[in-house]
Amino acid sequence: MSEMTRPATETETTEFTTPPSRSLGWLFWVCVGWLGLNVLGAIFASVLPLPDPLYQNYMAINASPSLHHLLGTDDLGRDIFSRIVFGSRVSIAVGVGSMIIGFGIGAPLGMLAAYRRGRLDAILTTAMYVFLAFPAIVAVIAVLSFWTPRALAKIILVIGLASVPLVYRVIRTATMAVATKDYVVAAKVQGATDRRILVRELLPNIAPVGISFLLVGIATVVTLEGALAFLGLSVNPPTPSWGNMINESRTVMSQNPWLVLFPSLAMCLFLLCLNFIGDRLRSHFDVTEVKL
Amino acid sequence: MSLLDVQNLSVTLHTPHGDLPAVADVSLSVGAEETLGIVGESGSGKTMLARSIMGLLPRARASASGSVKLKGVEMVGARASDLRRLWATEVAMIFQDPMTALNPVMRVGRQIDETLRVRLGLSRSAARARAIELLEMVGIPSPEKRYAAYPGQLSGGMRQRVVIAMALAASPSLILADEPTTGLDVTIQAQILNLLDELQARLHTSMILITHDLGVVATRTSHLAVMYAGRIVETGTTRDVFARHRMPYTRALLESSPRVSNPAHTRLTAIPGRPPNLLRLGEGCAFAPRCGFASERCHRERPELSVPDESSHAFACFNPLEVGR
Repeated sequence: MSEMTRPATETETTEFTTPPSRSLGWLFWVCVGWLGLNVLGAIFASVLPLPDPLYQNYMAINASPSLHHLLGTDDLGRDIFSRIVFGSRVSIAVGVGSMIIGFGIGAPLGMLAAYRRGRLDAILTTAMYVFLAFPAIVAVIAVLSFWTPRALAKIILVIGLASVPLVYRVIRTATMAVATKDYVVAAKVQGATDRRILVRELLPNIAPVGISFLLVGIATVVTLEGALAFLGLSVNPPTPSWGNMINESRTVMSQNPWLVLFPSLAMCLFLLCLNFIGDRLRSHFDVTEVKL
Repeated sequence: MSLLDVQNLSVTLHTPHGDLPAVADVSLSVGAEETLGIVGESGSGKTMLARSIMGLLPRARASASGSVKLKGVEMVGARASDLRRLWATEVAMIFQDPMTALNPVMRVGRQIDETLRVRLGLSRSAARARAIELLEMVGIPSPEKRYAAYPGQLSGGMRQRVVIAMALAASPSLILADEPTTGLDVTIQAQILNLLDELQARLHTSMILITHDLGVVATRTSHLAVMYAGRIVETGTTRDVFARHRMPYTRALLESSPRVSNPAHTRLTAIPGRPPNLLRLGEGCAFAPRCGFASERCHRERPELSVPDESSHAFACFNPLEVGR
C-alpha cells in the first residue's frame, strides 16, 4: 500500500480544519426560545397554575391587566392569559398537524416525481397544477362550511390536504435541481438503489429548503386558522383559539381594546419568530457554493 | 473475447429541435488491462458514448441502437436491475468535475462506504477500514482524518482522488474516466493522471480515458479513437495515430496542441470553422467544410471507416494524408 502513496504536494497539504461554525445570531435563539415557550405552554397548559379558560367570572368583566388577571379578562370575565395559552393549542395543532399532512403526502410525491421524471412526473404535476388553479382558501372554506360538526381533526385534515400541491411543487423543484447532479449519478452507478438515492442523497440536500418552507407553511396555516375563526369556521366556541379570541372580541373592541390586542400580539410574535427562524436557517444552510 | 465490445452503437437524442445523432455507428473494443483513449472536440459525442457504455442514457430523451457488451453482457436496453449488478463491480465511472461528483452533505468516507456495503456486503466496520485503505491508496494523507471530512473541506485535487477511490471501491474490471482532469488545476492534472496510471497497472483494470487533450492520452493509452461529429474518424494504436495518422482531422487536432519543442512565440494552429451542428449534418464527410483536403466527393458522400490494417489502424477519409509526412 505504502509504495503507492505519493507524497502530497504543496497545494494539497492545506491544513484540514473544520470551518468555524457560523453564528445564527442571538435573535435567532430568542425566537427559538419564544417558540419553545409557546409549545411548552400548549402542551402543559392543563397542569400549569392557570385559571380555567372557560370559567366566567362575572365579578371581573372586562378587567384590565392586573396581578390577578395577568392580561385582564374578556367581556364574559374569562382570563385572557389563560385563554391565550390554551388557545395556542389549537393554533399550534392546526399549524403543525396540517403541515405534517401536507409534507407527509406532498414531499415524497414531489421527490419521487422529480427523481423519476417521465410519465409519473407528468401525471402528478398536471394533477397538482389543476388543484393549484383553485383558490385553496375558498376550497377550505367551502368544505369546512358543509362538513359539520366541526372538529379540530377535520380542520387539520382539510388544510393539510389543501397544502399538498404547494408542498409538492416546492419539493419537486428543489429535488430537480439536485437530482441531475453528478453525485446522484455517481451514487447510482456505484450501485445505490433508488430508495437509497432518495433518502441518502436527495433528502439531505433538499432538507434546508424543506425545513424553511415547513416553518413558513406553519406560519401561514396559523394565520389561516385565524381567518377561518373570523368566519366562524374554526373550532366551536367556547374553545379558545387565537383566531376565535380575536373574532369574539371584535364587537367589544372599542370598550376593551386589550381583548383584541393580546391574542393578536400572541399570534403576531409566534408568526414573526417562525418566519425569522425559517429565513435564518435557509441562509445558514445555503452551502451550495462550495468554497475552495 | 475482449472485455468491452461496442458494435455499431448509435445514440439519438430527442431534442425539441429534432433528433440529434450524438453517437453514430461507433464500434470499438477494449481488452483486459488495455487503455483506450477517446479524443475529440467538445460536442463530438465522447460523453454520450461514455454514458451509453454505462447504460446511463435518459430513457425518455435518448434512444440507442447497436450493442455494448461488457464481459458478454448486453448493456444497451438492459434493465436497471441488471445494470446495477454490473455497476461498480464491473464498470465504474470517474466524473469530470470533482466539485459536483461528491455529495456536499455527506462525509467523504461514507460515500465510499456506501458502495462497499451495498455492493460488496461488507459490515460497517469492515467498510470503514476498507474505505480508509482506499483513501490511502489514492494518495490522501492522514486518511483516517479525511474519512470524516466533508467534500467542501477538501481541495479539488483531493476531491478527485476521493472520486477515484469511490470508483475503485468494488474493484471494477473497466474504468470509464470522462475527462477526469478537466476541472482541475494544470499542476494537479498530471498527478491525478499518474495516479490513475499507477492504480490501473496495480489493479489490472482496463480503462477508457476520454479527453480533448492529446497530451493526456499520448503516453497513457495503448489505443486511440478520434471522434468527430459522433463518429470515430480514425482509430489505431496510440503510436500509429500519432505517427502515421491519415485523417486530416487528426492532424488538425495534433497541430492545435502546443508543443514544448516549438520555438517561442509559435502561433498555435487552430482548426478553422466550427464543429458541425449535428441537427443539420449533410450527406458528406462532417469534417469536409473545415478540411483543407476536401474534394467534391467529400461533400457528397461520407467516407466509411477503412478496413483496419494489421495493426488495427483505420481511418475514414477519401483523401488520406501521406504517411510519415
